[in-house]
Amino acid sequence: MSTQQLQSKQSILEIENLSMAFGGLRAIDGVSMHIDEGEIAALIGPNGAGKTTIFNCITGVYKPTEGTVSIRNKNGQIEHIHGLKPDIINHKGLARTFQNIRLFNNMTVLENVMIGRHNSLKAGIFKAIVRDSSTKEEEQRVIEESYLILKKLKLDMYINETAGNLPYGEQRRLEIARALATDPFLLLLDEPVAGMNAQETKELEETINIIRDQEHITILLIEHDMSLVMNVSERIYVLDYGRLIAEGTPHEIKRNPDVIKAYLGE
Amino acid sequence: MKSRSLLADIGKSFLIAIWFMVLLFPLMVMKVNVSKGVAQVQFRWNMLPLVGIAAFVLSLLWRFALEWNEKRGNDSRAGGPLAKLKALTSQYLGIAVVRKGALFILLAFALAYPFLFGMYHTNVMITAFIYIILALGLNIVVGLGGLLNLGYAAFFGVGAYTYGLLWKYVGHSFIAAGIDPGWLFWISLPLAGIIATLFGILLSLPVLRLRGDYLAIITLAFGEIFRMVMQNSGDITGGATGISLIPRPWLFNIKLTPQKAATYIYFIAIVLVLITIFVVRRIEDSKVGRALEAMREDEIACQAMGINLVRNKLITFALGAFWAGIAGVVMAAQTTYINPDSFTLWESIIILMAVVIGGTGSIPGAIGGAILLKLLPEYFRALAQYRMLIYGIAMILVIIFKPDGLIPRKRKQYTFKEKELAK
Amino acid sequence: MEYFLKLFLSGTAKGSIYALIALGYTMVYGIIQLINFAHGEIYMIGGFTALILGGFFFSNSMPVWLVLLFSVLLSIIYASAFGYTIEKIAYRPLRGKPRLSALISAIGVSIVLQNFVLLAQTEKFMPFPSYLPEFSWLQPYKEYINSTQLIILGVTAIIMVFLTLLIKFTRIGKAMRATAQDMHMAQLVGVDVNQVISVTFIIGSSLAAIGGVLICSYMGQINYYIGFVAGIKAFVAAVLGGIGSIPGAVLGSFILGWTESLGTGYISSDYEDAFAFVILIVILLIKPDGILGRTQRQKV
Repeated sequence: MSTQQLQSKQSILEIENLSMAFGGLRAIDGVSMHIDEGEIAALIGPNGAGKTTIFNCITGVYKPTEGTVSIRNKNGQIEHIHGLKPDIINHKGLARTFQNIRLFNNMTVLENVMIGRHNSLKAGIFKAIVRDSSTKEEEQRVIEESYLILKKLKLDMYINETAGNLPYGEQRRLEIARALATDPFLLLLDEPVAGMNAQETKELEETINIIRDQEHITILLIEHDMSLVMNVSERIYVLDYGRLIAEGTPHEIKRNPDVIKAYLGE
Repeated sequence: MKSRSLLADIGKSFLIAIWFMVLLFPLMVMKVNVSKGVAQVQFRWNMLPLVGIAAFVLSLLWRFALEWNEKRGNDSRAGGPLAKLKALTSQYLGIAVVRKGALFILLAFALAYPFLFGMYHTNVMITAFIYIILALGLNIVVGLGGLLNLGYAAFFGVGAYTYGLLWKYVGHSFIAAGIDPGWLFWISLPLAGIIATLFGILLSLPVLRLRGDYLAIITLAFGEIFRMVMQNSGDITGGATGISLIPRPWLFNIKLTPQKAATYIYFIAIVLVLITIFVVRRIEDSKVGRALEAMREDEIACQAMGINLVRNKLITFALGAFWAGIAGVVMAAQTTYINPDSFTLWESIIILMAVVIGGTGSIPGAIGGAILLKLLPEYFRALAQYRMLIYGIAMILVIIFKPDGLIPRKRKQYTFKEKELAK
Repeated sequence: MEYFLKLFLSGTAKGSIYALIALGYTMVYGIIQLINFAHGEIYMIGGFTALILGGFFFSNSMPVWLVLLFSVLLSIIYASAFGYTIEKIAYRPLRGKPRLSALISAIGVSIVLQNFVLLAQTEKFMPFPSYLPEFSWLQPYKEYINSTQLIILGVTAIIMVFLTLLIKFTRIGKAMRATAQDMHMAQLVGVDVNQVISVTFIIGSSLAAIGGVLICSYMGQINYYIGFVAGIKAFVAAVLGGIGSIPGAVLGSFILGWTESLGTGYISSDYEDAFAFVILIVILLIKPDGILGRTQRQKV
């Protein structure tokens, strides 16, 4: 565990009594959870438990039916973000990846990351047409920054490759790179190692640790790979049928009878 | 798949040939003529073997093409003779001298064109230029933004009517004041761009929430409503008869013969085409263009990257509409006559075809598509009546077998040297 | 009041015409989410086939009721064959590709079919002889409704009931609903998705053909272009009622029919075709899922 995480036990994301109903179906039901700054937390649970729905509520894809989502923003103030649009929530410092990879498939790897840097660019249409020196510099800066992010995620040999042609594991890493490019303080990873082999999983585990330790970005991840979850996370939330059934350290979760029941059935 | 015999293929195609002979029998072989309320049917038996043979050959080709398509999907680097040719040309075009030389020759030819060929050919080329501007504009909407706009001709119409109406209502006061009404062209050009842009924004505001296919149909509706309004508000717009005697653009008060005027407009059009290419290229290779493309690729991911979709869609429609407005003014100046028939749904669809066949999202593609679709029927008169049939078939074939179009977009490549990392 | 009643009834007749086309539209959209632009052309081809074959039978002095029976049956068969063939050639290779690809292909098919008929037959309007029976008992009311209108109304009602039963209670109906919900899952549980889609196109095209024959008999003329406008209007009706919903398509069609005929009667006939587009814009802005449609949620 890194040191600065121990000294600042401040929660950075708080979810209170969150519910999401689709028609009559309650996909999530009164979930409350919080993530501390600098933490790696995991959200686990059987298929259909509502994990991705929680992600969608946090990131603004869905408007929650009930409850609040709040963050401690970059200025240290608490603010509600539920019901805001996804792009606004991204501006506030939350970035995510998707369970079923959603890359910009026909664009190059570098361009994918450059899209992530979009909001760090100021030039509008007219400056883009005139292309004055400040615009050129800005563009060059974004290209270089994007390259460095790709380098960090060991994707730099692919920069000019079309994103859709990348191998599966690399596509997942590229999604993380793209999310990082938006300068988040909280990164939400939706099944980051799904479909990866053991070697790739190991590498991604390292990457996740590096992102937290070097970039000081808090991470919340959804994952089915239990060895990854147990290795990497400090706090685990367990979800079943839309309800939170357990919360604790990996050690506690492993022994929790409710969790075992949810996973193995009775 | 490998073990499948040629014989089985032929057998299958034979059956398909029979299927089409039966399917097309009433429409191709029989011909109806109604006189005095009685339908007379004529048989054209010579069509029957024709249909059969064509269906047989085409079905064989079709199956091979589909297989090739699938194989290509698995192995995107499969190189045929065509790919080699392409590699060769791009290799040569990669050399700066060759590329610049080719561009120079092309430009010199374009400049000499109206003097080498007659007025007729000059006018044909002006039309082609107008379509290049239109295709480049629509390419922003469909190619970059991924929004299918089936009412694009309406913006073209907005441009043309801006000039037309300005002439109709302000023209006489210009003449009375002793000012050449050709000035109106130069006033209309920026004005039409702005008005068309405003229309684009106005139109896109209500449709922002809609999914792709609904958006297509609603733009179609807007386009048709525009045409009907122009058609039916005769007091203001001249109705179905339109507006005529629209002046040629002003040129230092010189009275131009029709021949000279055509040459003049030719050069105006060429400059506008160059400006369009320049601007569209800059937009494509900028933050704005990338954001539009990201929206086309995946709206949800695009939003998650902090991009405002509403703004993005507004920009898309506005940028697309702007060029259509400009093209409309040139068109009105060239023909000196406009009416609602020039802005039908079919006009929108032909522009769409130029973009799709040429290469969605590709600037050279849009240019090539526009030239191809406008010049072919002019120079192959015999084919003119089959024009729409051929375009329709071409569009289907391109969408199935070559979704990137005939001249696909080349993506910008970046190189990094190690020392840059030192920063 | 009498004027209103007249307009209302002519709107009803119009609505039932749209309904025949809208039903096919809504079925295809419900299952593969494709705006099948070519659907209107299938309806036009149905009408043309009936005109050609009916003309042939009639000139060979077949009794009128046999002419009617044969030409209707054959035009249904031919239109279905067209629908089936088109789906196989132009839509199937694009399944799983971006949705706009199939839509562009559909626009292409629509243009190809129109121009094919234009070149193979004629560009002129052809008078369309009606082989439909005249009801003498309707004679006193003919100012309000004529036999053809009544027949169209009846046929629409029968078809709607038939389709509802088909989709609710038969095996293929169940497979259709499964495919509409989730094509991939349906395939996994053993539904032959290709077959379901083919059947959908065949049924949709048959309805279009019936519509073609009836409407051309009612209008008394046909040309290669009639399908396009009718097709778009039927699509508007389907969207209005809630695309994918059978009763929705019929309801939407009637609303469109009434609006058009009351609108032209009370406001202006210049804008007859504009009413459909205005309705479309309004409904898409207020309730994009239509009157009877269900909300669709995109999966993330």
